[in-house]
Amino acid sequence: MPNAAVRGASEHRADRAFRVLTAACSLVVIALMAGILFELLANSREALGTFGWRFLTSDAWNPGRAEFGAASSVYGTLVSTAIAMLLAVPLSLAVAVYLVEVAHPRLAKFVGGAIELLAAVPSIIYGMWGLFVFATLMQRHIQPVLGERLGFLPLFQGPPMGIGMLTAGLILALMVLPFITAVTRDVLLMVPPVLKESAHGVGATMWEATRGVSLRYGRRGIVGAVFLGFGRALGETMAVTFVIGNSHRISASLFAAGNTIASSLANEFNEASEPIYLSSLFTLALVLFGLTLVFQIAAHFWVARMQRQETGDR
Amino acid sequence: MSMRSKAVLITAALVFALSLTAPAVAVTLNGAGATFPEPIYALWMSKYHDLTKARINYQGIGSSGGIRQIKAKTVDFGGSDAPMKGPDLREAGLIQFPMVVGGVVPIVNIEGVDAGELRLTPDVLADMFAAEITYWNDERIATLNPQIALPDEPITIVHRAEGSGTTWIFTNYLDKISPKWHETIGTGKIVPWPGGVGAKGNPGVANYVQRVDGSIGYVEFAYAVQNDLAYVLLRNSAGEFVSPTIESFQEAAANADWANADGYYLVLTDQPGEGSWPIVGATFILMQKEQDDAATARSLLEFFDWCYTHGGEMAIEKDYVPIPENVANMVRETWKTELACDGKPVW
Amino acid sequence: MVPAALLGIAVLAWILWEVIARGSAALTPAFFTQAPTPPGVEGGGLANAIVGTLVLTAIATGIGTPIGVLAGVFLAEFGTKSRIATAVRFTTNLLMGTPSIIIGIFVYALLVLPVGHFSGWAGAVALAIIIIPVVLRTTEDMLSLVPDELRESALALGAPRWRATLGVVFRAAKTGLVTGVLLAVARVSGETAPLLFTALNSYYWPETINEPTANLTVTIFNYAMSPYADWQEKAWGASLLITVGVLFVGVLSRFVLDRRKKTSWQT
Repeated sequence: MPNAAVRGASEHRADRAFRVLTAACSLVVIALMAGILFELLANSREALGTFGWRFLTSDAWNPGRAEFGAASSVYGTLVSTAIAMLLAVPLSLAVAVYLVEVAHPRLAKFVGGAIELLAAVPSIIYGMWGLFVFATLMQRHIQPVLGERLGFLPLFQGPPMGIGMLTAGLILALMVLPFITAVTRDVLLMVPPVLKESAHGVGATMWEATRGVSLRYGRRGIVGAVFLGFGRALGETMAVTFVIGNSHRISASLFAAGNTIASSLANEFNEASEPIYLSSLFTLALVLFGLTLVFQIAAHFWVARMQRQETGDR
Repeated sequence: MSMRSKAVLITAALVFALSLTAPAVAVTLNGAGATFPEPIYALWMSKYHDLTKARINYQGIGSSGGIRQIKAKTVDFGGSDAPMKGPDLREAGLIQFPMVVGGVVPIVNIEGVDAGELRLTPDVLADMFAAEITYWNDERIATLNPQIALPDEPITIVHRAEGSGTTWIFTNYLDKISPKWHETIGTGKIVPWPGGVGAKGNPGVANYVQRVDGSIGYVEFAYAVQNDLAYVLLRNSAGEFVSPTIESFQEAAANADWANADGYYLVLTDQPGEGSWPIVGATFILMQKEQDDAATARSLLEFFDWCYTHGGEMAIEKDYVPIPENVANMVRETWKTELACDGKPVW
Repeated sequence: MVPAALLGIAVLAWILWEVIARGSAALTPAFFTQAPTPPGVEGGGLANAIVGTLVLTAIATGIGTPIGVLAGVFLAEFGTKSRIATAVRFTTNLLMGTPSIIIGIFVYALLVLPVGHFSGWAGAVALAIIIIPVVLRTTEDMLSLVPDELRESALALGAPRWRATLGVVFRAAKTGLVTGVLLAVARVSGETAPLLFTALNSYYWPETINEPTANLTVTIFNYAMSPYADWQEKAWGASLLITVGVLFVGVLSRFVLDRRKKTSWQT
């Protein structure tokens, strides 16, 4: 039987080649990341050179006069994502808890499977639905009511147009919902039944048991899911571009049109006719890239810290 | 053979087969730019393809996009309704020539108001788009339209989100007739609109106006017709309320003095004439002076030549004014003298 | 809380319902066999875009899968604890979370600007970049589940490392790998943003990939923003087609995974 000593030099070489090949492929990922950072930085140089750090705080966007600033796009990105998360996170938790604790097992399995599949539906579908179905609903029914009841807040003032920041935030919420729900549901399903039973055993209600035991046990996974959902919402293009109204203005009202970095890029990248315009768009992309990176790194360390705390607790 | 290798082989075979199926005669030419002329360009390109099998792929991404792509040479020709000035053209190494003339019309979405019913004067129009007039039942609109029951609803402005020649033509007109507009907003492919929503392309504006109650926008006339949108009657410089029709466009375009236009730079807004439509503009094709491939350049010019000689009827059908024959001959001369490949003329 | 949960589920169901209701009217035989007519002219189909999407997805999978798999192999077989491996894993997560529009802009700067024109190749590369981290993660996860005894037995029999990996370990992890690839394919076939600046779109049949290539997602984007009822209907049809495709792949991979759970390599 052939053994290691008999294996020839050629086989050693083949093994080495294999190892090098696989290592090279894994380095591709790092090369890509570095490449993206490099290209974004290199192409932003002109805009950053011309505007400096002012670019980040300026809300100007006038291609005719070559004045650009990131503020309106960044504002829109953050506001639409905030709306999305404020709505999606509680709703996802509610749906996940419902599926795991309340619903009949067969129904829960069916609906749970459906939600997981929904998480894979391309976001352009949400954009389509938003534009063709939801926008009219918003303009004719939802926004007028909000304007009447809550119109004392600057958030809900102004003419209802159906498209705008609020609609974009709501569509984003719907898009992120299945994803966070699916992960939360998986996390809750992993809670050992014995923990829940002991909670019930000492007289806790279902809600107390859920909050005290299941949600706490699954904190880490849930927080991770929320962070990931946030990251996705920040960079989402298609769901938002159809309904945000494409306006480079910062407005106090959620009824107004706005822009996110992603929608600005989608609308204007192929059309920027002067180098400074294109460079400004690259800088916007760099800002978005930076935001999502910061978020993902923060998520990574937060989750790792929770992990350490948990193992420390026991 | 493992599943993966099989998959790779099948993919490779598919790609290879596809790249082989290109018939030797088919040439694909790429253009991008203004959506203003897209309805007539698409018709011309489709008919030309039926006749000659040549494929001309035009993507409507807005005039700014057209200028950018031709400057970067990522397309063979660009389309723009905002003409470049002579010195800018020469600096960029481009030529431009007019392809067809069209009209920009304001469109509205008001319950019960149909095409050609609402009447507006230039100053009211400008103030509506400048958000100085914010409600439909404003006195100034009402006095012009006593027969319409205007709703007590806010006006939503729909404008272009990207750099647009249509915007350029429209704001050029507003800038001419409204000193306030000239002061605060001005002319351009993108201008600082006071609010409202932005849409992509002429189709996008038409789409949003269809969807948003109480909105007003501006599009090239063909889009208003194609989609049954309620266009507006405007009062022209002669004081007459005119309807956007091929005749009113032609009357405005008849004033065009192409012979004295440096690089064919010409603006046709607010032209004199009893029946002239006040917001008319030409749309231009941009090409690199230095062509990389003589055969490609020639094929492209043959298409444009065909459009000049055979496309007139189709243009009129879609309410575009064709370029007169004498101007087309001027353009052909320009091709001869300005376009070259390795020093040799392509036409 | 229960009504909130039910509301959430109801709206999601409503979205699916609208896609089916509005899209099915568009899925005529012409949709699948004809190229588009000029804007505003009724009729025609999206056959060229369907072919384009299939071709771009196939090429992207062809490029991205081998790289992702081999990289996953490295992480699982050779570098479990090394610093490079940790860096690669971390970077993979970052890449997976990068918005796809940024990847499109990156490929534009890399492959469109220098070359001078849009192309299906650039589009396929952009999609491949999205595929690589997904396939890498699944491969690493699946391979690391394969018990070491299998590897050791293969090596003890004298097989060189590469054959042990490819032959024995892959076969054991096959279904998981296939699932990973299927999921990656499902993910990219619905992507629009990366193609906006690379493959653009076209009204014609994709005869070569070296030019703007027709595809379903950018077509949906253009058609949905248009005012033509015919185009809007086609956009719904294309949306339905993609949704069905993505869901079908999802169900398929779930099915494959479930079946795998029933088989075991442990005797």
